[in-house]
Amino acid sequence: MTGTARRRRRRAATARAGPPILLVVPAVLAVGFLAIPLLGLLGQTPWRNLAAELATPKVQTALRLSLVCSLGAVAISILLGVPLAFLLARVEFPGRNLVRALTTLPMVLPPVVGGVALLLAFGRRGLAGQWLDRAFGITLPFTTAGAILAEAFVAMPFLVITTEAGLRAMDRRFEDAATTLGAGRWTTFRRVTLPLIAPSLGAGVALCWARALGEFGATITFAGNLPGTTQTMPLAVYLALENDLQAAIALSLVLLVVSLAVLIGLRDRWFPTA
Amino acid sequence: MLRSWIRSAVVLLVAAMLAAACGSDDQPSAGSSTSTEIKVFAAASLTAAFNELGPQFTAANGGTKVIFNFAGSQALATQIQQGAPADVFASADTTNMDKVKDLVGTPQVFASNQLQIVVEKGNPKGVKGLDDLASGELMVVVPAPEVPAGRYAQQALDQAGIIVKPVSQEDNVKEVVTKVGLGEADAGIVYTTDVTAGGDTVDGVDIPADQNVTATYPIATVKASSNQAKAQAFMDLVLSSQGQQVLESYGFLPPPTS
Repeated sequence: MTGTARRRRRRAATARAGPPILLVVPAVLAVGFLAIPLLGLLGQTPWRNLAAELATPKVQTALRLSLVCSLGAVAISILLGVPLAFLLARVEFPGRNLVRALTTLPMVLPPVVGGVALLLAFGRRGLAGQWLDRAFGITLPFTTAGAILAEAFVAMPFLVITTEAGLRAMDRRFEDAATTLGAGRWTTFRRVTLPLIAPSLGAGVALCWARALGEFGATITFAGNLPGTTQTMPLAVYLALENDLQAAIALSLVLLVVSLAVLIGLRDRWFPTA
Repeated sequence: MLRSWIRSAVVLLVAAMLAAACGSDDQPSAGSSTSTEIKVFAAASLTAAFNELGPQFTAANGGTKVIFNFAGSQALATQIQQGAPADVFASADTTNMDKVKDLVGTPQVFASNQLQIVVEKGNPKGVKGLDDLASGELMVVVPAPEVPAGRYAQQALDQAGIIVKPVSQEDNVKEVVTKVGLGEADAGIVYTTDVTAGGDTVDGVDIPADQNVTATYPIATVKASSNQAKAQAFMDLVLSSQGQQVLESYGFLPPPTS
């Protein structure tokens, strides 16, 4: 592998010269800045009653709901987002850049703004919501479905752009070869394309899920906050901060562990030399 | 193409933030003399009323500026405990004032607030009292039990012996008003002052005195303040008839006579 060789040579060169101090000082500050808050959290963790804190019905309910909602959001994202990624990567159509910009907008939009927008769109009086209410009697705010929708809104872009990047980077000649050999579209997709983009897809799903799990602003704004129905982990943390710091820290720790697990799962992708 | 789009978006965002940061240079810098300004930490529900009192204080006190820090009383009490530079503390409940009692002067109650049912403008569902909230036909939102307003609301419902199944426990009273104002919920329980502040999107339905809960608002000067005289002057203004009039115009009640 020439890439690895080059990297090794570069590393050797750096070792010889010693790392420039101009890089080291801000880099150390950056690491401290990012790590110290985590230490603060760990330092305040009530380790002795951690198990008891996590076993309370309130925490259990929030945990279960968070799992349901985040997995639901991932399911919606896969069902709708992966086909969108294919279209964006493979098909030239007018306004494609605009569609792509729209797709990524929720990544830069403050989630609370997203929540307000969802409320004005899918609320009982909203643009699409009033129609849903009249035609099917469906109201989304204050329901678990609403919480899933809010999480999908914020998390789907992560899956779309990661999958699209994977599709663009992939060598399409493999697909051409399969087609030449008589494979149909579905067989080609299943046996050639899917395995080739699996790492991107996996990373996209993991990012999407982590983002959905951590979603706060859009959820509390659009779906409200009710234990067992819409109160996911981040909402429970936020409200616990009002009167029960210990519970808030215990809940935060769970989210921290989950985030770490996702990072470790993705380490081969992001830190290939580690 | 995507990458270049993201890059230009980021550049634009950073530019906008820088512009915003530069634009706000009328704020006094941290190094400026503290004798010409006082910092008032006040409960979020006091925002509108105190913002009106601020300029009145400045005009009457030789240009001394008032800088407000509005937040939940709980957060403010914690900030004062952690040594935040406050001169005056106005809390929405006595609990949080008690938390900092060693750090402040003698508190005085300057206003009180009661609960009201908030409904959409014109009261389309014909809500008459707390009983109607228990019918199960209305989508009811309440403040979360973790925040003071939520505790009071629960207390009021308990007193009336009414069990309400809310569709949401919002993290603050303003959210309750917003959800009702948007028509997403049919009714909610908030402070009377929040209904007043909600403007023309909502109406209030009174809760009878025997079911209602009164929140009292104490104010005190902070002992660590380097400007006791001005801090006391602000407290006096709030307690004066001029201050009471402003508070009343925002729906606050006078301190309970007990």
